[in-house]
Amino acid sequence: MTTTPKAAATTDRIEKQRVLRAAPARVWRALSNAREFGTWFGVELSDDFVPGATIRGTVAYQGQDVTFTFHIERMEPERLLAFRWHPFAVDPAIDYSREPTTLVELALAPVPEGTLLTVTESGFDQIPPARRAKAFEMNGAGWAEQLQNIARHVGA
Amino acid sequence: MSARSLAAQARTGAPIFAALGDATRLRIVAKLSSGGALSIVRLTEGEAMTRQAITKHLSVLADAGLVRGVRRGRERLWELERTPLDTARRYLDLVSQRWNGALARLAAIVEVDD
Repeated sequence: MTTTPKAAATTDRIEKQRVLRAAPARVWRALSNAREFGTWFGVELSDDFVPGATIRGTVAYQGQDVTFTFHIERMEPERLLAFRWHPFAVDPAIDYSREPTTLVELALAPVPEGTLLTVTESGFDQIPPARRAKAFEMNGAGWAEQLQNIARHVGA
Repeated sequence: MSARSLAAQARTGAPIFAALGDATRLRIVAKLSSGGALSIVRLTEGEAMTRQAITKHLSVLADAGLVRGVRRGRERLWELERTPLDTARRYLDLVSQRWNGALARLAAIVEVDD
């Protein structure tokens, strides 16, 4: 799995690639079938994916169900799934519906080993800074941890 | 702020490493790293010194841009300073980690029955 150098230079998008040892048809099923998608993405979906559809997703967060929407933008069998969603929409107290979404593109390409999957998620610069900070709080890692490591390293 | 940018600042002679070059101040940073924003009372706990002495150390850290004082109601709390860019980068790291997890689960599903 790699993150491209381009991705490191921006705060707006991430890009990841992974070779899956399975045929594009099999990978496509895991992406386009709502039940299979939910299994690996970690979300329960209300309906099947159809281009143009808005689908309700539910995730369990700290004992509460949090609901948000997926908007399916494009589906090209065995080639591309694109949807918009609210990343880290995990606070039940917040109405995310009026906030900007990020665009997720899952692109498939056949390779000798199976399928090259390229994941791009973009539009993060539009997400309110407070929301990003909140997401970080909820996961509690990162540079604070780095500083702690430094502190530990120097024997504080 | 990443460890790398800390190192870069040390090379350029920024006061950040001087501020961290003290065991008490490093402990303060470590406490703020794991505990979010803390009051002076909490930061003084377990230290063999007065609140006034801890306040002085906090001033040194604040001057170096490492911590800042914030007001929560009637309380004054101290927290680690983070620039918006740091927050944005750390956020992307998080998203990236989440995708790593999701893609590993996806691989486990599709690679099992090929």
